Amino acid sequence: MSGGAQPLPGTGALAVATRRLRRHPAALAGLALLALVLLPVLAAPLLSLPDPALTDPARRMLPPLAIGHLLGTDHLGRDLLARLLWGARTSIAVGALATLTAAAVGSVLGLAAAWGGRRLDGLLMRGVDVLMAFPYLLLALAIVAALGPGLANAMLAIAVANVPFFARAVRGTVLDIRHCDYIAAARLAGHGEPRIVLREVLPNLAPTLLLLMTTTLGWMVLETAGLSFLGLGAQPPAADLGSMLGEGREFLTTYPLVAVLPGLLILLLVVSINLLGDGLRDVLDPRWSPRRSFSAPAPADARLQSQLEGGASLLAVQDLGVRFAGAAGPVPAVAGVSFRLNAGECVAVVGESGCGKTLTALSLLGLLPEGASQVGSVRLAGRELMALDGAALRDLRGRRIAYVPQEPLTALDPLFRVGVQMDETLRAHGAGPAYTAAELIRMVGLDGVPGLMRRYPHEFSGGQRQRVAIALALAHGPDLLIADEATTALDVTVQREILALLRRLCDEQARALLFVSHDLALVAELCERVLVMYAGRIVEDAPAAALLHRPAHPYSAALLGATPELGRPDKPLAVLAGEPPAPGERVDGCRFAPRCPRAQRECRAVEPALDALGEHRLVRCLFPIQEAS
Amino acid sequence: MSEPLLALEAVSKTYGGGYRLWPFGHRAGFTAVAGVDLVIESGAAVGLVGESGSGKTTLARIAAGLLPASAGGLRWCGRALMQLSRAERAEYRRGVQYIFQNPMTALNPHRRVGAALDDTLQGLTRMDRARRRARIEEIGAQTGVGAALLGRFPHQLSGGQAQRVAIARALLGAPRLVILDEPVSALDVSLQAQILNLLADLRARHGLAYLFISHDLAVMERLCEQIHVMQAGRIVESGPRDVLLRRPEAPYTRRLLAAVPRIG
Repeated sequence: MSGGAQPLPGTGALAVATRRLRRHPAALAGLALLALVLLPVLAAPLLSLPDPALTDPARRMLPPLAIGHLLGTDHLGRDLLARLLWGARTSIAVGALATLTAAAVGSVLGLAAAWGGRRLDGLLMRGVDVLMAFPYLLLALAIVAALGPGLANAMLAIAVANVPFFARAVRGTVLDIRHCDYIAAARLAGHGEPRIVLREVLPNLAPTLLLLMTTTLGWMVLETAGLSFLGLGAQPPAADLGSMLGEGREFLTTYPLVAVLPGLLILLLVVSINLLGDGLRDVLDPRWSPRRSFSAPAPADARLQSQLEGGASLLAVQDLGVRFAGAAGPVPAVAGVSFRLNAGECVAVVGESGCGKTLTALSLLGLLPEGASQVGSVRLAGRELMALDGAALRDLRGRRIAYVPQEPLTALDPLFRVGVQMDETLRAHGAGPAYTAAELIRMVGLDGVPGLMRRYPHEFSGGQRQRVAIALALAHGPDLLIADEATTALDVTVQREILALLRRLCDEQARALLFVSHDLALVAELCERVLVMYAGRIVEDAPAAALLHRPAHPYSAALLGATPELGRPDKPLAVLAGEPPAPGERVDGCRFAPRCPRAQRECRAVEPALDALGEHRLVRCLFPIQEAS
Repeated sequence: MSEPLLALEAVSKTYGGGYRLWPFGHRAGFTAVAGVDLVIESGAAVGLVGESGSGKTTLARIAAGLLPASAGGLRWCGRALMQLSRAERAEYRRGVQYIFQNPMTALNPHRRVGAALDDTLQGLTRMDRARRRARIEEIGAQTGVGAALLGRFPHQLSGGQAQRVAIARALLGAPRLVILDEPVSALDVSLQAQILNLLADLRARHGLAYLFISHDLAVMERLCEQIHVMQAGRIVESGPRDVLLRRPEAPYTRRLLAAVPRIG
């Protein structure tokens, strides 16, 4: 976050857009291609070209590079280059005009429908639906048939046929924007509707509209060509690219150049406009940032020997690191993470967001986001996971390691009944599942919910959904459950029930649980041991009770001091100034030192190791908080 | 100050419902808020706790004038909203501000922070440009929104920074009541502590009244003197903080209290 947080130099919107455009290769390619085509087309009146309509039967079908005719002549002896350039002018002008008309009318309709209440919306959109019910080339043909052939009528027909497209797209976008809190905020500021539409809605609509227009422009050039090809657009002797294509068709076998050249020009125009359109959308969106080219993930260092070999731990993680490919070499997001997890043990990973908790959890599953690579050793029951290929890892996921998501509504497929999803999960992995559906349902306490298997995910409450998600995770009897903020989205009363369920599963079935959370109080109730992470590193590894009553690392103490406690409303909340360093940000010595109230000069010189403090505790600090007594 | 600052009287909100053509008849809607009375005195901090779907946010949006009530009404300084003159209505508009749960979606992604704050002042006051700038600077200094943040777009802010901007925006027009809809639940504990301390300071400094919505009783206990417990669209228990939390009466309040995770 803070990497992109520098305010952009230069304030003009245009200056910003130009600078961003320069970093968008696809848009640049489109722009270059379009300039290549447009330059001669726009300059056509300035070039000393022969009259495009002047026929000369004596000099017909001359090959390219003939004297006076750079691209040769057509079947009537007209100069091909002149016809091509003037024809392209017509095609582009008609396409652009039709696009603007359709966009303007469509936007007004869409905006009115989205903003004007349910009645107006119904009225306008049913009208649009009627227009959309016709295949739209047919609609255009009908309009031209009614008005008579000619370029102006063709333009009008194409514009009308495209109005529904714009109206629907604009309506959808505006409906989304309308429900954003910043619209409510503008109302709270006392602004009237016109100003809200102008200031808050239109700027957010503009990128969508612009993208629609550019993609449509290419499309409209094609449609104009289509109508002209059918003889309904440009009337001889005037020509556009489509009518040239139509005329050239007769000579396709004897003299293909007459048809190929306009076809090629149409292709170039459409491709370049679409490329540019895609790029412009990105450039106009302030949230977009140029994507760095990710190098291929470095092969995992599978041969790294585990120094903790021979232990009976279920999970042994050794020197785990996660790196993102960056512009200036790999950026470490997680580094040197080592811990062990025994069967039946609940261990929590806590820390602020951006400290690498989720990345650590995901890397155990081999599910890192794109562009990330991992190093180190992850052993599950003695088997090195980092050496496994994709298929072997997939087989392991769900069977030995399972994942409980934060928000099961997004993890369950909304279109399928829970029974179907459960069946599918049970049938995965070839070998039979560890439990039947009925057993699973009983295990997570959902027995007694009528018609459970026939319900869709949205028909459950949040707590029931999370139970379903846990049941799915348990289907194959995994040894290790990873729960990433699995109760954060739930109400406190429901949260308590889910915690009790997770705890019971660990105790009764000897499963291990890795519980990622930012809530220390929650962790205190569920877990035996807590790993505190800061800036991608474990800074303290301690039994939960010891950590919560006598934190040794200043960061653990700071997290505790900042947590409000029920029954202690006057407890002063210790504020931890600043934010964690971004991955890859250079921090000399201890990465917590810049925010640490206890930091000494030594702390900034060398990064401390994760050392034992007492019997059951590891701390990465030169001056850990010692027990008071 | 005998009249309460804002009073909600028998406020109900029903979504959907109404008549339909086929099959003809009346369709029952979903009742999110069912006849709630709520009084906020000037300078008081009132908490509204309840689980998701209990109608907290709907009630808060009605209080802020963002959502019309299906039945019942609001009184601002003792007078029904309908009877307010134009000037008094503007005063209500300026007097009640709202802070949203997700600070990121509450900021227009296409407006820089400074421009967004200026927009708000333009809408609420008739200050000229120089006075607006001075006001933004003054409130910015109190909320930790420095000049560096003013030039940024919302996506260039961290969650804590964005929430501070939202708080600054709410304070610009010198409101008397700020409605806070889960203002810290999207934040890490360290940022949460910052924002909670900031909210306590600002209240003392400006004599603000708060309507604080949360499902976190520990947070609510710190900030509110009066707590209302909401369940299924109704207020099931109300009382002063210490009484309600020490001797809860309603079974739901007891369940809520028992569910709060505790350190140690």
